[in-house]
Amino acid sequence: MSERVLVKGNEALAEAAIRAGCRHFFGYPITPQTEVAAYMARKMPKIGGTYLQAESEVAAINMVYGAAAAGVRVMTSSSSPGISLKSEGISYLAGSDLPCLIINVQRGGPGLGGIQPSQADYWQATRAPGHGDLHVLVYAPNNVQEMVNLVFQAYDKAEEYRVPAMILADGLLGQMMEPVSFPEEGEIKQHDKSWAVTGHKNQRKHNIVNSLYLKADELEQTVIERFQRYAKIEAEETMVEEYLMEDAEYAIVAFGATSRIAKAAIQQLREQGLKVGLIRPITLWPFPKQAIIDACDKVKGFLTVEMSMGQMVDDVRLAVNGRKPVEFFGHTGGIVPTPAEIVEAVKEMGGAK
Amino acid sequence: MAIVYQKPKALSDDVLHYCPGCTHGVIHKLVAEVIDELGIEGKTVGIAPVGCSVFAYNYFNCDMVEAAHGRAPAVATGLKRSMPDNVIFTYQGDGDLAAIGTAETVHSATRGENITIIFVNNAIYGMTGGQMAPTTLPNQVTQTTPYGRDVATAGYPVHVCEMLSTLDGVAYAERVSVDSVPNIRKAKAAIKKAFQNQIDKKGFSIVEILSSCPTNWGLSPVDALQWLRDNMMPYYPLGVYKDKEAEK
Amino acid sequence: MTKSMIFAGFGGQGILFTGKMAAYSGMMDGKEVSWLPSYGPEMRGGTANCSVCVSDEAIACPLVITPDVLLAMNTPSYEKFIGDVVPGGVAILDSSLISLKCDRDDIKVCYVPATALADANGLNGLANMILFGKMLKETGFTSIETLKKALEKVVPAKKAQLIESNLKAVALGMEQ
Repeated sequence: MSERVLVKGNEALAEAAIRAGCRHFFGYPITPQTEVAAYMARKMPKIGGTYLQAESEVAAINMVYGAAAAGVRVMTSSSSPGISLKSEGISYLAGSDLPCLIINVQRGGPGLGGIQPSQADYWQATRAPGHGDLHVLVYAPNNVQEMVNLVFQAYDKAEEYRVPAMILADGLLGQMMEPVSFPEEGEIKQHDKSWAVTGHKNQRKHNIVNSLYLKADELEQTVIERFQRYAKIEAEETMVEEYLMEDAEYAIVAFGATSRIAKAAIQQLREQGLKVGLIRPITLWPFPKQAIIDACDKVKGFLTVEMSMGQMVDDVRLAVNGRKPVEFFGHTGGIVPTPAEIVEAVKEMGGAK
Repeated sequence: MAIVYQKPKALSDDVLHYCPGCTHGVIHKLVAEVIDELGIEGKTVGIAPVGCSVFAYNYFNCDMVEAAHGRAPAVATGLKRSMPDNVIFTYQGDGDLAAIGTAETVHSATRGENITIIFVNNAIYGMTGGQMAPTTLPNQVTQTTPYGRDVATAGYPVHVCEMLSTLDGVAYAERVSVDSVPNIRKAKAAIKKAFQNQIDKKGFSIVEILSSCPTNWGLSPVDALQWLRDNMMPYYPLGVYKDKEAEK
Repeated sequence: MTKSMIFAGFGGQGILFTGKMAAYSGMMDGKEVSWLPSYGPEMRGGTANCSVCVSDEAIACPLVITPDVLLAMNTPSYEKFIGDVVPGGVAILDSSLISLKCDRDDIKVCYVPATALADANGLNGLANMILFGKMLKETGFTSIETLKKALEKVVPAKKAQLIESNLKAVALGMEQ
């Protein structure tokens, strides 16, 4: 690991991707992911890589599709409205079993929304990042060092399982600076890429990268095989952090930037004698349902805190399955919940007063 | 016995699904012959479009990628930037290239991506059953222009070679036709040049091929070729629209 | 132990840089730090501010709502944040640009005519670092040695002459 340096979240994502072996970046300008692309534009020409500013997000994600088909580590970054445009390509990437890394530095929505931090793309990322039966791996870091670590993780798992991976960040994490250490280059695990279209060199049958299956049973078999991989991902790749849950009587569930505010709130609540803990999903898909199910046995209720009108709360309720009350507190894009508000919301839950 | 004619090696044994009299088969053969003659099958990656030629990924023996509708030049860009020494070509129809994929076409051209585009213009959407294409002629009857294409409401056809020839990034743009043997021979020469340009790193090359669609035009194969000569060729004149090499 | 700070002023006064130097110094002292800018339309010619935390432990909330230290370089920033400073906290104000006086008696308020001092000492554009010097003196959250090392890290080699002038401004601030 390198010495600690103070880096902006967005730049950390870009540098981490380069160190993880990414040499191809295709993007289109949008706030608040700007620094990711700018960093790539500065660095890529110096290391023999590609930075290409596409004509649209649609084109950019299809360039990612082409580069991923060639078997290289490739990345695109965007913010919410741009991710909507990329959804076409994300579906084709998933349907063709191609690994890649997509960054969403979320901003407020819907429509143009705002340019300030938001977590309102949870549904999009975990439910329908594109049309069809599909999932992408979704990682939600909550600090700049974790942004770096999860870039490595995302590439590794995307290639292992042949699925697209997404890092769902937000404008707050993207803009903030924290000390980070970068892993040295050369620590990259190699995965089989015999499926890549690199030219058959007259030594094998031709490879085809494709998501079209006009025979319904063939399509179903393909999707079922993919869902078996998804099941394995759910079983083996779920990531979650628990904080002060051992004796917790109430659990806050929060991810990304909001989870940090929640931690500060929990510290205040504990000082007031209230036993509150945090369950922080690090992978949003697969969602760490087991951690929620396990917590049902010991807590009186859950409070989900998000920078949205309440999206992840659906997954919490599905996991809780009616066994305990699940409340929601949040604000929409640009209004970061304060620790004091979260403290109040916990206190308002039945029985905690 | 001497072999005087055989199927090109770059074409697979799959049975083509094209309608009787469709000229896609001829164009596939020309592309495959060029790949054979240049000896590049092992390093070529082709990109199939959405449209009648969607299954081109089964017909060419080189590595193939199926692209979303209109995105083939963006996919080609991603492939070529990752593998600059491979040969990357797209095979696209008029709806794919000149309607939904106009942005990808124009911008890959203006970037001067070192790729080869085979553009099949038959003035209609074939696969979906004969709707108006961006290249449908004025007054031409299609399923969605049942009274003929009225330019007052449906606008004018896109002249792709003429438009792209204005872009500095384009190395080579030629319009050819496969309506007759002499024109087929010229078409092959143009396709070969477009591939050779890429090998020589000369940049973006496009060959627009006027093609027939007997099924959706409602004509016999022979009549369709005559219709192509009588109607398309006057509107879309054959010829070289840009050749950076020749300009020097 | 966490020290939370807000740096606020107009865009162009080097206010975000000042916060960055505070965070960088904290990091070089081996502490946990965070630097969070406010961003959005207000960045374009309006007020700019950033939140900085320097702590012995991992920083939970990087948002600073009630700062221990406020460094303010214009009246709108002063008005926006002065009420939020925690009792016992410190406010460092550029009194060349802020003519208001604070009536709170539960915080320490330092009035430093930083912009005038900078002009008078050939340190144009370094009022921010004069205020930083005063902040250093009042809080002792880092040392001048660490700051020097941090400046050497942050200031690009071709602008190395700026390190000396920055340190001069800090020294001037510490004398106030």
